[in-house]
Amino acid sequence: MPGLVIEREILIDAPVEVVWRTITEPDQMSQWFADRVELVAEPGAHGFMEFGDQGGPVVVEIVDPPARFSFRWNHQAGEEPMAGNSMLVEFTLTPEGGERTRLRVVESGHELLSWPEAEKERYAGEHQGGWAEYLDRLASLLARRPSG
Amino acid sequence: MTAQADDELWSAIADPSRRRVLDLLVSNGGVSASWLASRVPFSRQAVSKHLAVLERAGLISRRKQGREVLYQVEAGRLDQATRAMSELAAQWDRRLAAIKRLAETVHAADKERKPS
Repeated sequence: MPGLVIEREILIDAPVEVVWRTITEPDQMSQWFADRVELVAEPGAHGFMEFGDQGGPVVVEIVDPPARFSFRWNHQAGEEPMAGNSMLVEFTLTPEGGERTRLRVVESGHELLSWPEAEKERYAGEHQGGWAEYLDRLASLLARRPSG
Repeated sequence: MTAQADDELWSAIADPSRRRVLDLLVSNGGVSASWLASRVPFSRQAVSKHLAVLERAGLISRRKQGREVLYQVEAGRLDQATRAMSELAAQWDRRLAAIKRLAETVHAADKERKPS
């Protein structure tokens, strides 16, 4: 089921290998994501993340160093995460010139990566591209809408 | 966290046809399903289905005026969705900024150890 899609990216002055370690090693993850992270970067590995006095399971999906890393989280403990009960976080690392890396993250309520390529492109074109801007535009339209 | 609770809302907005309907409602205020159907390239039945999904997601509501049913946007709900969305985006911006800081610090230290 299509759901929420958040897409952000950043340019980093460090090579992909360094960025890869930053996003996949638990002691590094605990500095940008959760307060404590127990996780092995292996496909299918179950881990745990702690946020203050709260915590939850995380399951690794794709590990393709140093280009792609994805995991599911936000599902109930004890449940197997899947599209619909969890959020999928997908990182894509692209080397740029001069030891730089473009890091892109997509967080969504469903699994785009497992879709057939054509389907994925269609979805990306229709829903993801401009999706966030759509809400912004709608909100500004709303502010100027005729009353009644 | 609102991300999952609002799944209905996100999927309501994710469909391009529903976005078209929502657009028309935002710019025109209270209008009927037939009026909407006259302005979109899909059937009256499809319009009704889209209206039902949007209504279930809390994005629009209906009121009776005489014999007509008019639909209008629920500004509060839409505003709430926009804010939830920007909050999640801002959260990822903060995380990405932290990743950038960490990686660049490590890289700078690496370079100092092995000057090229």
